Amino acid sequence: MSMVAVNQAEEPKAGSRWILPLIVVLLVAAVAGYIAGAELDSIESRALEASNIVEKTWQHVRLVLVSTAVVIALGVPLGIVLSRRWARFVRPPVLLVANAGQAVPSVGILVLLAIAVGVGFRMAVVALVAYALLPILRNTIVGLQQVDPAVIDAARGMGMSPARLLWKVELPLAVPVMLAGIRVALILNVGVATLATFTNAGGLGDLIEGGIATNRMPVLAVGCALTIALALLVDWLAGTAERALSPKGI
Amino acid sequence: MSDSVATESMIRLVEVTKRYPNTPADAVRPLSMEIRRGEFVVFVGPSGCGKTTMLRMINRLIEPTAGQIWIDGRDVTHTDPDELRRHIGYVIQQVGLMPHMSVARNISLVPEMLGWDKRRTAARVDELLDLVGLEPGTFRARYPKQLSGGQQQRVGVARALAADPPLMLMDEPFGAIDPIARDRLQDEFLALQERIRKTIVFVTHDIDEALKLGDRIAIFAEGSRLAQFDTPREILSRPADDFVRSFIGERAAIRLLSVVTVGEVAGRAPATDRPGEALSAQPEEPVSAVLDRMLTQNRQILEVGGKRVLAQDLLFASTGDRQDPA
Repeated sequence: MSMVAVNQAEEPKAGSRWILPLIVVLLVAAVAGYIAGAELDSIESRALEASNIVEKTWQHVRLVLVSTAVVIALGVPLGIVLSRRWARFVRPPVLLVANAGQAVPSVGILVLLAIAVGVGFRMAVVALVAYALLPILRNTIVGLQQVDPAVIDAARGMGMSPARLLWKVELPLAVPVMLAGIRVALILNVGVATLATFTNAGGLGDLIEGGIATNRMPVLAVGCALTIALALLVDWLAGTAERALSPKGI
Repeated sequence: MSDSVATESMIRLVEVTKRYPNTPADAVRPLSMEIRRGEFVVFVGPSGCGKTTMLRMINRLIEPTAGQIWIDGRDVTHTDPDELRRHIGYVIQQVGLMPHMSVARNISLVPEMLGWDKRRTAARVDELLDLVGLEPGTFRARYPKQLSGGQQQRVGVARALAADPPLMLMDEPFGAIDPIARDRLQDEFLALQERIRKTIVFVTHDIDEALKLGDRIAIFAEGSRLAQFDTPREILSRPADDFVRSFIGERAAIRLLSVVTVGEVAGRAPATDRPGEALSAQPEEPVSAVLDRMLTQNRQILEVGGKRVLAQDLLFASTGDRQDPA
């Protein structure tokens, strides 16, 4: 049971916040320059056409966004429920299942799902959700549990109802840890979404897998570089959101 | 609580009991007690004596297993607990300010729940900050982590007073504050209580704090036995049993000097006609403070209310009615 991401330690200075997007820009520029300058055979140039790259990248982004939205919609409410005192007996089994979802290799889930249910975008999303559920679930639970008991005691002692306590106190105070979990899920999903190519769901995995299958190094390299650039970009965006959405005063 | 009958008694506990499931003994044995309006009552005792559990049963953060709780003439044993708590101030040792809310918002929480409008709440926040000695302009917008421990507890007290509850429950509120700041907070709190006259139930394990603050003190022994419930003066001069005697510790007679006033003692002491410069004091000053001044200024005679009394007569008159049950 790992994957409790807590961000506190590294609070980047204002200037260094722009290093990550700069790397992304340089990476994308290098890829574009390489494609423009390299001598490509017909397979390569077809794979590395601008329209194809944009399409694959968009498919990839869509997979990540949809699966993360689904996993947030599932994981956060489930985490809230599991963090309640009366749910403490169901917490271990649910976490066990979520843990298993992450322990099982995504390729395995994808292939099994493809055999059992079929291929396509939805199957890929299911696999990504299974994989990314744990960090969100766990961070929601931990985020809520780490709220200072004295704060909860004071809130109850002044007459806050349990619902009000949750909305006004517990959730706002859990937000930083929950956002850290969402950030981890997003980054995981950028990587794992490359496997969606095996269920015919597209994405940058098509370039990587196609590059390997046809033994075309340039295609493989471009697929990898763009996946890295996307992961870095997503991490930066999530980090920025984390800082903006965390309540002041904590 | 508007339908309550005005009554002398603010809190009436009737055989209130707490037993946790699967435990052999009561955490709080059946306890009956009456606390008068405007009274400052201190629960004191060793840890594990049930004093905090008892306090938390008054606002039903812990539900009693049996017994009745009457507040302000109303049986609140089974009413809506959230509604009940909004009308009872609650202060705890760890303060428990909401770290993500400014000082002003922390203080506004209860008024908000009671549906006060913004302007009234804002005015109340400033009034309360003034009351607890924090300059509103400086502190209103601060966050709890920008405050010292003492300042945080001042905000904690202000928050508890926000909706002007008739009753305050305080669980070791000054326990986590360094001794010098604690002493000052106690003094200020006593002065504050002079003005606002709340009914206060205050838990501490520190007998000195209890003697200093309480109008009456409830001393609990192990096993939640209420050993004595009386004024500091009675407890010091007539401890009910060995437990109380050992709990108030060695220097009970010396401690008594800070509980009795020179006014009442001088009445019992013989007048002197010895010449010499006298130190004059107000009748409501405690004997200990006056003696301290006499010692530092090297005066042997005290003049209070036109009567001149020798220091040694003052001393013996102070502790004269003290008796140890043999």
